[in-house]
Amino acid sequence: MHVNNTSEEKESLTKRKSTLGIRLFFIYLICYAGFVVIGVFQYELLSVQILGGLNLALAYGIGLIIFAVILGVVYNYYCTKYEDEAEESEKGGTI
Amino acid sequence: MNYEISYTALVFFFVFVGLVLGLSFYFGRKTKSSSSYYAAGGKIHWTVNGIAFAGDYLSAASFLGICGMIAVSGFDGFLYAIGFLAGWIVALFLIAEPFKRLGKYTFTDALNAKFNSRAITLSASISTLIISIFYLIPQMVGAGDLVVPLLGLPHWAGVILVGAIVIVIVASAGMASTTYVQFLKGGLLIILSTVLTVYILKHGLTLSPDFQNNTYHKFMELTPQVEDGKVVSVPGWEVVSQQEVGQKTFVKLSQNGVNRWFDWEKGTNEPLLKETLTVTHQANGQILYNGEPQDKDRFYQVGHMSKIVVNGQEVDKTGPVGPFKFLSTLQDSEIVRFLQVKFADGSDQISLYYPQPTAGSSFMLPGLKYKIGSDASIWSKLDFISLMLALFLGTAALPHILIRYYTVKTPRDARKSTILAIAAIGGFYLLTLFMGLGAAINGVIDVESSNMAAPLLARAFGAALFSIISAVAFATVLGTVAGLIVASSGAIAHDFIDVYLKKNLNDNSKVKAGKIAAFAVGIFAIILGMAFKGVNVSFLVGWAFAIAASANLPAILFLLFWKKTSETGIAASIIVGIVSSLIIILTSPTMWDRYGLDPATVPHQLENPALISFPLAVLTVYLVSLFYPKKSKINA
Repeated sequence: MHVNNTSEEKESLTKRKSTLGIRLFFIYLICYAGFVVIGVFQYELLSVQILGGLNLALAYGIGLIIFAVILGVVYNYYCTKYEDEAEESEKGGTI
Repeated sequence: MNYEISYTALVFFFVFVGLVLGLSFYFGRKTKSSSSYYAAGGKIHWTVNGIAFAGDYLSAASFLGICGMIAVSGFDGFLYAIGFLAGWIVALFLIAEPFKRLGKYTFTDALNAKFNSRAITLSASISTLIISIFYLIPQMVGAGDLVVPLLGLPHWAGVILVGAIVIVIVASAGMASTTYVQFLKGGLLIILSTVLTVYILKHGLTLSPDFQNNTYHKFMELTPQVEDGKVVSVPGWEVVSQQEVGQKTFVKLSQNGVNRWFDWEKGTNEPLLKETLTVTHQANGQILYNGEPQDKDRFYQVGHMSKIVVNGQEVDKTGPVGPFKFLSTLQDSEIVRFLQVKFADGSDQISLYYPQPTAGSSFMLPGLKYKIGSDASIWSKLDFISLMLALFLGTAALPHILIRYYTVKTPRDARKSTILAIAAIGGFYLLTLFMGLGAAINGVIDVESSNMAAPLLARAFGAALFSIISAVAFATVLGTVAGLIVASSGAIAHDFIDVYLKKNLNDNSKVKAGKIAAFAVGIFAIILGMAFKGVNVSFLVGWAFAIAASANLPAILFLLFWKKTSETGIAASIIVGIVSSLIIILTSPTMWDRYGLDPATVPHQLENPALISFPLAVLTVYLVSLFYPKKSKINA
């Protein structure tokens, strides 16, 4: 017997969450690809010193790691919000 | 390299490994059935689950491999950290929730959720088996590397030790990788890495990295007499021969009957010979380290700084520094790396490691391993793109990674766990940057294998830290290897024999088939672990990611986001992904070197296959689905 965290949810809610996920994925993809593109086509740019004496490569790399965590938090915030809203409207409907 | 056993370290090591294994058995017995495994998740707080998630993911490869590659190749090792973490974005945003809606927990089940096709069962079980084996290789290599400095055993002994322990565990009891054990390991790994990083920053940067347990070797520099481009005499030494290798000239000198090789530095006004490290494989099978047998202890750990610049001033040492100061000072300073060349000297095969001063500014940029600057070849640029693609797409496609996501009671908690895991893993990867760089400059690198960099750095700081870190890493290897062997024997015994061949085995013979499969996979893993000795484990994990990304991800993405995807398309895509990535890997320069073939004859220069195999698999699932549409749809 599996734990039931696969319970049915409204299709509109599923759709909202999945659209959000895809959007955030593309935002991150662009940032990640940006790093690769700079590395391949504008390599010299990576050695430019920015933030706190760190070069762009280090700052960008560390930035990508931190950005992934931030996006995760954003995703969670909105998913929770959507779920709350869906719950509210459902309650409203049944009363 | 010859290592002396520290008995303090040994006692700590066995106590910790015993503790982790004991806990694992204790919880394992409580959660025998798969249902209780899943049910247990419902009672676990999401924070515990999140750290356990991190414990699942941070195999020894992350710890040993990334630190080791940063220590040897600088920023290029950090690329792995960036990519490994970025992969979680794909897993969380694209895969996790839709999977949950399908109500499936493993890749094979999810892929087959709509079709119940035998072709998918077969191809998915093959892909699980192959990805597991490629994931097993780095674990076994890492296990051997951990045991070398700790027990003073040779690498192969470490590989056999781990293989044997795991086979016994899997075949006799079975080892559930329970949430609490993974929580403990994940938590300890992060805490210990933080401690190690604090030590590194407190120690700062210094030109003479001497430690209580580790006195750094002073490398010799000799002034030779040169005539007509030949070294004719060196005071105190007898000149034996000299040899050109590429752009470099190496000179063999002899003193008290011991042959040593020196690197002739030609850039300077005065001719200068610099001491190198050599491993000589003689025709009679004997191996000499710096011209003498291994037990004479004449081989040295390396990695130091030749120049430290703080605010434009050269200094001997910095004292304690902050994390940003540490990175920026390294960037302005100069690091001595030891680069390897191989050549033949008569009937002897020589592996020579010569000192190469490297500007901190290039050490802290990508390009030392994956050349991508303006002078780089198209191959190495493609290789870089291919690696970044494999790392990004591989995480979500690993068969075992997402299982824990479905064991938390509510979707909210599952999400929170995952985000905590991403934060914990990301934090850990930031620490690997400091641990790797710390190893690079503190004279702890064993040139024969970069994988030992982090544990050896810990050893320099103290026996207790070293043994606890090694024990946690070792327990992690055991857990991961056990899990992978269970997964691959399951792929053989359950998916293939039971479901695909439809041999209706009774429970007893099913268990027996599983055990035989586990034994066979275990032996195979041991052999591969020995064969890949000395290769960086993160590099090897990169292959597993590439295969996973090519075999599984196109199939799963199409299944989730394109309604016309057919069962034939999925099966074909998995097979094309596996076959194409395997062919490219097996003909890569690294494999050519393993076969002992001439590097000039290698058919291509691509080390990582994803750039070719992933698009191929995408194309396959698309085209095959068009030409062989879903049967169910026709029926309907």
